[in-house]
Order: sequence, then structure tokens, then C-alpha cells
Amino acid sequence: MKLKSRKLKKTTVIDFATYIGVVLAFIIMNTLKNQGMLTRSLTGQLIPICCYIVMAVSLNLTVGILGELSLGHAGFMSVGAFSGVVAAMSLQTVIPSEPLRLAIALVVGAIFAAIAGTLVGIPVLRLRGDYLAIVTLAFGEIIKELINCLIIGVDETGLHIVFNATGTKSVNDLGLSEAGRVLIKGAQGATGTQTIASFTAGFILIMISLVVILNLVRSRSGRAIMALRDNRIAAESVGINVTKYKLMAFVTSAALAGAAGALYGLNFSNLVATKFDFNTSILVLVFVVLGGLGNIWGSIIAATVLTILPEALRGFDDYRMLIYAIVLILVMLATNNPQMKTLFAKLIPVRRGEKVNG
Amino acid sequence: MEFLSYLISGISLGSVYAIIALGYTMVYGIAKMLNFAHGDVIMVGGYISLLSMTSLGLPWWLAVILAMVVCTVLGVVIEGLAYKPLRAAPSLAVLITAIGVSYFLQNAALLLWGASPKAYTPIIAGSVKLFEGQLSISYVSMLTVFMCIVIMIALTLFTGKTRMGKAMRACSEDKSAAQLMGINVNRTISMTFAIGSALAAIAGVLLCSSYTSLMPTTGSMPGIKAFTAAVFGGIGSIPGALLGGVLLGIIESLAKAYISTQLANSIVFAVLIITLLVRPAGLLGKYVPEKV
Repeated sequence: MKLKSRKLKKTTVIDFATYIGVVLAFIIMNTLKNQGMLTRSLTGQLIPICCYIVMAVSLNLTVGILGELSLGHAGFMSVGAFSGVVAAMSLQTVIPSEPLRLAIALVVGAIFAAIAGTLVGIPVLRLRGDYLAIVTLAFGEIIKELINCLIIGVDETGLHIVFNATGTKSVNDLGLSEAGRVLIKGAQGATGTQTIASFTAGFILIMISLVVILNLVRSRSGRAIMALRDNRIAAESVGINVTKYKLMAFVTSAALAGAAGALYGLNFSNLVATKFDFNTSILVLVFVVLGGLGNIWGSIIAATVLTILPEALRGFDDYRMLIYAIVLILVMLATNNPQMKTLFAKLIPVRRGEKVNG
Repeated sequence: MEFLSYLISGISLGSVYAIIALGYTMVYGIAKMLNFAHGDVIMVGGYISLLSMTSLGLPWWLAVILAMVVCTVLGVVIEGLAYKPLRAAPSLAVLITAIGVSYFLQNAALLLWGASPKAYTPIIAGSVKLFEGQLSISYVSMLTVFMCIVIMIALTLFTGKTRMGKAMRACSEDKSAAQLMGINVNRTISMTFAIGSALAAIAGVLLCSSYTSLMPTTGSMPGIKAFTAAVFGGIGSIPGALLGGVLLGIIESLAKAYISTQLANSIVFAVLIITLLVRPAGLLGKYVPEKV
């Protein structure tokens, strides 16, 4: 085994280590869960953690690999969540199998988020740097407000959609029949959703996103994307199609966020669009930056730890978010301190080279 | 007449955005960082002025000055503790730190002053009635517009004529060249934060006077809007911040009145996106082509 691994490329080893790590973590957590050894709050967090891991990994594709700052990632999650909820709930009678319905919901969420990603991406990716950041922020807010105005119901004739832009329309305007059900009630969001999300589905979603992203990054396209990040002009001059590769990374990232959103939406019986606001986008960005830009397994660990941390600090009660903020500032100061950096470099000399592309 | 009153409330709202945006734009121009904590400094300014008026019983002008002093100190302390060590760090690290500071301020305010909204008495009550009472303009909105113009003129003179102002402009163009010319870059940046935070305090008082309520998250949405205004007008440009702020306020107010209350923010952001697609550096921003 050792001989064999020596022949593999270093990046390949890291990729496989990431896969194996996730599988092991899943097996351990699942066993603990089934034995009832986890606290209730932690069990309840398993699926959100899976969602946030996928969010972080997918945002890392935009921020770390493509090198464009996006402050509206939660918008794609929102699109995925609500389209996924609508898909799952409207197919409730047609497809009785829960896992199949969940899978369809995830795919629908991913597709809708990918469409949103394309719509946002085509005009926006012409902008650069902080201008791109503000526009993604703006799109996130727009998506939030648009979903807040949606009223969707379903009956035997199909989906009924009302767009409540003036604030005067209500559920009664849907024109549902007796058997109809309301799925999304405007500002009240999705209510009465059947929670069909499962930890296993979360694990599978993480594995799929890892396969997608790691393979993309190691492919010819991935190298083109990273070339764009490192020097756009040089990349353009050797014939790399800027829009194509930027859009490829951006849409892939949006689609995965949509799938994560669908899983998230189907984990809660009530969900409002304001959940996916600017703060959620920032939360995911924090995972990515703390985990290390372009570092996929770093994102996974950061997402897990930082989702558990506020819960773990519950003992501190009112002070927990204050402590979270202080921890955040101190970690950023420590990791960017020149003395600390040289210290880290001395402690783990091998890791330095990998950080760039691993 | 109805239109005129919406227009006036839009200009007044826009003036608040403009004052906040000035703080954003100055800090961005010099430190090249998005100071997400700026909106929360506004909130702190609001609380300080409220407490000094209600608990200490100070007259409003003294309360405003006190709020400005506290916010200035706060801004300089934040800059010194959290941002200064990160001068050489990548901009994303600074951004995350700014977000950390923003969380910190919000939660500190939550602990100190509670989560429930507090009623804020406008610093000047009353309004002028025009056209036989059909159009009423509150003194607060007149004061807001007046303050915005005064601040704008003062800042333009400051950056154009004084030594410190010239140092700021030099730093925003080229930090290392400015340092070679004997400018103390660190002090200049601290000074920028001080001015920006003092402006935030004024904006906080004016904002709370027109909304008449105050809670720990009061500053975040106006902060984002003002940031949008700064980008809209061309980030780094002082007249741009004014123009962007006022336009944004007018668009928001008219959209609320005539199109949809729910979608007012979306309309504002949509206008921003369209503007940026046509003019990638904002309305008055300078487009700097990349050097190869």
C-alpha cells in the first residue's frame, strides 16, 4: 500500500484522504447516532452540518478556486430549498418512496439554483473584485425578497403560483380545489413540510459534491479556472475562454448550493426565506476563509466545527455569539500573523507546498 | 403633491445613506477594505445619543457631540486592534475580521441594551407645512439634508486643502510611494477611521430620528444600503457617495410608494446591478484599466 501511494500524485493522495475521512466520519457518527450516544442537539444538527459542508465546499469553488468573492451564496441555497420543498411536497402522492422523492427534490433544487446561477453569472462575471462582491450581495437580497412574495399551492390540476408583489394577495387567490394544499405562504415561508431529509442523504450529497468539485479542480477545466484566478490576463492571452470557465465554476457552485438548500429545506417543517439572508452567506464565507481558500477538506472541517461551536457555547448563554465573534477575530489575527505563519511553517514543513493547490 | 412628499422623504433618506456612504468610501479609498462594521458603529452612535439624552438628560447637541466622540474613539480602537495587524494580510482576511467586529458590536449592544427596540425621540420635533398643509416637511429631514451638504463641503475642503487631506489622497493612490514621501501611512489610516466613525455617529442620530426606533441590528441594513450607494456612485469618490446615496434614497422611496413595498429593496439592488453593468466603476468612479 505504501509503495503504491508513493507513485500517486500528492494531490490524489489528499483527495482520497478527504474521501476516506468523510466516509469514516459518517460511519462513526452514524454508529454513535444509532447507539443513542449523541446528545439531542447534536443529532438535530447532523443534517444542517451536512448542508453547510456542501455550501462551504461549493463556495470554495467560487472564492478559493475561481478567486471571485461571492456574498450571495445563500441566495442559491434559498432557490434550491424552496424549489426542492415544492417538488417534494407536490410529488407526495405520486411517489410514495421517501428517498426517491428526496433525490428528486435535490436534483430539482440543483437545477433551479443552476438556472439562477446562470442568470446571475452571465452579466455579473464581467465585473471584478469588490464590484462583483456587491452585485452578488444584491442578487442574494433580491432572491430573498422575491421568494418572500411567492405563494404556491398544489392540487390535482397541478401547481398554482401567485406572485404577491403588492402585498394584497393571499392564499385564497390561489384558487385551490378542496384537496389542494398550500406549500409556500409568502413571507411565512414553507409551512407543514414533511421532513424527509436524512443523514445518509446528507452524506451522499457531500460525497457527490466532493467528487464533482475535486474532479473539476484536477481536470483541464479546473486548471483553466485556477489560471484565471492567478492571472486573468495571462490566462486570456493563452486562449482560455474567460466567460466559459468562470461560468462553469460559478454555475457548478450554485447547483451544489441548491442541492444543499433542498436538503436543508426538507429537514425543517417550517422555513422562511429570511433564513437565507446576507448573514447566512457570510457564515458560509467564514467557513471557507477559516478552512483555507481552495482547501476543500479545510472547508469541511471549518463548517463542522463552526456549526457545532455556537451550540457548544450554549453554556455561556447570552455571551456565546460575543465569544464566537471574538474567536473569529482572534483566529483571523493569529493565522495572518507573520510570526505565527513562520512557526506553522516550521512545525509542518511538508504542508506548505500543498496549500497552494490542495 | 404626493409625489413631491415622497421625493422629499427620499432625498432625506438618501442624505442619511450618503453620510454613511462617505464613511465607507473614505475607508475603502484609503485602506482598500470593506468595513462591514461601519453599520454597527452607526447603531452605537444611536444608542450613545439616546442614552445621553434620556439617562443623562443632556441637550441634543451635546448628545450628538458625545456620540461622535465615543464613535470616533471606538473607530480608532477597532482599527488599531483588529485591522492594523492585518495590513499585509489578504483582503478576504480583513473582510472576515470586519464581519467579526460587526458581530461583536451587535452582540455587545444586545447584552448592554437588550434586544427590544427602544423608542427614539427625534432630536428636533415638528414640521413645516406648505401649500395649505398638503405638503409637510419635518425638521428632521431638513436638518438631515442640511447636515449632508455641510459634511460634504467640509470633507471636500478637508481632502483638498489640508495637509492631512492631501496625505489621505496620496495614500489612496499609492501607499508605498506616500510612505517614501514621508507620510505616516498608519496615522493617516487611523485618521480616516476616526472621521468615518464620527460621520457614522451623526448618521446614527439622523437615522434614528427619522425611524424613531433603535435596536442592536438597526445599523446593518442601512449599512449594506450605504455600501451599495458608495459602489453605485463609484467607490472611493466623495461626490460619488453623495450622488449614489441620494439617488438610492429617492429610488427606494418612490419604489415603495408606487411599485411595491415588499420589493423596494430589490428594485434598489436591481438598479445598482444595471448601473454597474453599464458603468463597471459606478457613476462617478474612475475606471482604471489593468496594466499588463
